[in-house]
Amino acid sequence: MAVSPVLPKLVGQRVKRREDPRLIQGRASYVDDVKIAGMQHLAFKRSDVAHGRIRSIDTSAAQAMDGVEAVFTGAQIAELVGPMSPGTPFPAPVHRAVAVDMVRFAGEPVAVVVASDRYVARDAADAIVVEYDVLPAVVDPERAMTGKPVAIYPEFPNNVAVENLPSGTGVSRDGKDVDDSAIDRAFAAADVVISQRMVNHRLVPNAIEPRGVVAHYEPGKGSMTIWSSTQNPHILRTVIAAANGLGQDQVRAIAPEVGGGFGAKINIYGEEFVAAAISKRLGIPVKWIEDRSEAFVATTHGRDLIGYVELAARRDGKVLGLRLRLIADVGAYNMMFTAGIPTLAALMANATYDIPAIRTRLTEVFTNKTPTDAYRGAGRPEASYFIERAMDMLARELKMDPAELRRKNFIAPTQFPYQTQMGAVYDSGDYEKALDAALDAADWKGLQAQRDAAKAEGRLVGLGLAMYVEVCGVGPSSTMATGGWEHAQVTIERDGRISATTGASPHGQGNETTFAQMLADQFGVPIDHITIHHGDTAIVKQGIGTFGSRSQAVGGTTLHLAGAKVKAKMARFAADLLEASEADLVFENGAIAVKGAPASAKAFADVAAFAYVPVPLPEGLEPGLSEEAFFEPTNNTYPFGCHISMLEIDRDTGEPKLLKLVAVDDAGNLINPLIVEGQIHGGLAQGIGQAMIEEAVYNESGQLVTGSFMDYALPRATDFPRFELHSTVTPTPVNPLGAKGVGEAGTLGSTPSVVSAAVDALSEFGVTHVDMMLRPEKLWRIIHGARR
Amino acid sequence: MNAISMTVNGRVRKAQVEPRLLLVHFLREQLLLTGTHVGCDTSQCGACTILVDGRSAKSCTLFAVQADGSAITTIEGLARNGELHPMQVGFWEEHGLQCGFCTPGMIMTAVNLLADNARPTEREIREGIAGNFCRCTGYQHIVNAIQHAANRIGSAAPGREK
Repeated sequence: MAVSPVLPKLVGQRVKRREDPRLIQGRASYVDDVKIAGMQHLAFKRSDVAHGRIRSIDTSAAQAMDGVEAVFTGAQIAELVGPMSPGTPFPAPVHRAVAVDMVRFAGEPVAVVVASDRYVARDAADAIVVEYDVLPAVVDPERAMTGKPVAIYPEFPNNVAVENLPSGTGVSRDGKDVDDSAIDRAFAAADVVISQRMVNHRLVPNAIEPRGVVAHYEPGKGSMTIWSSTQNPHILRTVIAAANGLGQDQVRAIAPEVGGGFGAKINIYGEEFVAAAISKRLGIPVKWIEDRSEAFVATTHGRDLIGYVELAARRDGKVLGLRLRLIADVGAYNMMFTAGIPTLAALMANATYDIPAIRTRLTEVFTNKTPTDAYRGAGRPEASYFIERAMDMLARELKMDPAELRRKNFIAPTQFPYQTQMGAVYDSGDYEKALDAALDAADWKGLQAQRDAAKAEGRLVGLGLAMYVEVCGVGPSSTMATGGWEHAQVTIERDGRISATTGASPHGQGNETTFAQMLADQFGVPIDHITIHHGDTAIVKQGIGTFGSRSQAVGGTTLHLAGAKVKAKMARFAADLLEASEADLVFENGAIAVKGAPASAKAFADVAAFAYVPVPLPEGLEPGLSEEAFFEPTNNTYPFGCHISMLEIDRDTGEPKLLKLVAVDDAGNLINPLIVEGQIHGGLAQGIGQAMIEEAVYNESGQLVTGSFMDYALPRATDFPRFELHSTVTPTPVNPLGAKGVGEAGTLGSTPSVVSAAVDALSEFGVTHVDMMLRPEKLWRIIHGARR
Repeated sequence: MNAISMTVNGRVRKAQVEPRLLLVHFLREQLLLTGTHVGCDTSQCGACTILVDGRSAKSCTLFAVQADGSAITTIEGLARNGELHPMQVGFWEEHGLQCGFCTPGMIMTAVNLLADNARPTEREIREGIAGNFCRCTGYQHIVNAIQHAANRIGSAAPGREK
């Protein structure tokens, strides 16, 4: 008989992370910590012009340097590896890992050095001399749409990558038939129309670990191992195998410890193509680690979407219709999801409101800038920003409380599942509950009184409120070229410990903890008997990766299902040993027992041992305890929430200061509230960062002038007040965990709530909208009536 | 090449280095102390923070030759005899890290912060770590972690009030 301590249930508990001991002691291994005998280092020579034709490249000085193994120009790399393909169905220009004749953004690689040491590699790259015929840089997307100053690609006239793509009410599924009658009627019937151009500006993701790759082709085996700071090693394996004429069985991709991603490490980048191709060509391991200065220009940027928002409403606040004209500056090339991100902004145009008629139109434009792609939220913060700012403007116009205006327009809890005008089906929601929780937690009336008192003293204090709903748990395979499922395997080892694999490759999300919490409860075993493996395609058979707030909703569900399979098999072995029915067994406290008869218990480890030496083998069973699962979600999940901000602007300097941020987030059921809080904090910091201090700025010649941490204001600890977090819980019916996803949520409501608070603070100056970021100079000019 | 000698985590280390070799690369590449990270190239991010003669310093901003004769502590040297430093405990207990890349530098900065000010206010903590970037946590749990450590160190050493 097994005697075990009573194990507490862990799901829903604030379990401290199992990842942390290695991370707090400097014993984790990131890609730059990987060392292989004979390894050489890569350094890229990058274009210092935004747009030009390469007239000549002189690599002779570089090649002559001690320690330089080889130098490859773009043309030479093109002989080793073909162009890179995007993962969206939209037309895309040819994109080479290293530019061959034209350069289209400052920072695009033009040559690569292989050398014995990273200092030598950098010296040699600096010694390469490139001459360009410089062409005018295409910088302003709205000007670019008219073909000015030039067209970057002859095959994309007027620089238009995606032309005026319609969606919403009255648009056929294929987008070909567009019936505007409903939206036109909505505007004709309106008492009030809000109309505003808004800019959701470009950001630099800036994971603190820059990108990096180690590629090791072993000629004797004909196989490749590639380590990369990536969010999705299985996609990396697929792409690198195809690019190098190898089978997927011949490439092992490893995401070691990954130092943050935020969407920017989804892509398979040119540097990864190049490292793999050079390793294969030279038969040696090579490493490339990105500098921060490189990261600013060579890693994808986020956002950069202009919205012309028109909101039609009745005098009583009921919204009748929305027109949203979107213009996306996608930069110079289509990366993996570049063209798809702005479509997510259109998809989420319904926001949390029962808007009866919506027309969005999306144009994507090439410019001579770093390509954009996913960045925390990826299209949804943009939508949320446009709609919530417009709702705030409407409330101001109607002199309604912004909370009451929202309340009047919410999709009601009884309307779920709710088919939006944009084609999404919201799974579940109770928006009024989240709003009320936020109003209550923030003491909205009390804050309004505080604001009014401060204003009476002459201070510029404002309040902002924003709702959000986002699309998470991506997603059904119909929506993703990579497939939208996830994979997991759960093995009960012979000693009763549990090994599990997940394709949801984490980079800070804490899956080793949350996933182990789930399994500990599922099997009734101590959490320290469980190891979660991830990030290595040789161990994790299949997978998609971590993005779109999918780890828990998709990856976690898959693990749960694989666990259920192996548990069912283990129950059959246990039933045999206990001479009981499987249906009567309980797994708890490290043992398996007949329900109501704890004295009958067999130790979990004893049942495991029996499954591997099953004498006699129970009829109809194979030996062993290892099962895998693929899970294909039937729908996305739609978490939601409400963020409230209080902000003060210094009348003398224009400097804004965030005084308070209250967030109510509903991510469905939570596995580990401590980790969820951390995710929300991080999202809030990035959302507030966008509103207040972060901005990627290009000058007219296409140079990123905010190209280092000296120029780009990454938020510091001093930039934030203590966030106040609360939650409501509305489980999703889409997966058996009821979990919706939370990684991106913080960026959705915080940005518009902060900007609305700034507008509120400036209301005495007749301001109805201010574009981000809230640069003190801009605010000072408003306060002091100065012209630009 | 220059001969240098320094004490790193209690061990004397001697080497011949190029004068331009950054201290962080000496630690990472030659001593294989890879817990100290490089997150930028302009001395802003603080991921490379270590203690030089007991004071926090950004090891990307020093050449290895400048540390000649110094006593250096890196994240690997913080735990003693297998026992975590209270600051490490604080970060673990309060979920003060996510991806972990900024964490070693953040912890070393925080150790220096408490050495200077055993009972910092929240504002003083936020100002004290303003030279270290974290992109994951929004800093709130880091502040909690440092408060946790301050409480633990404070209660372990009564009478050492500021």
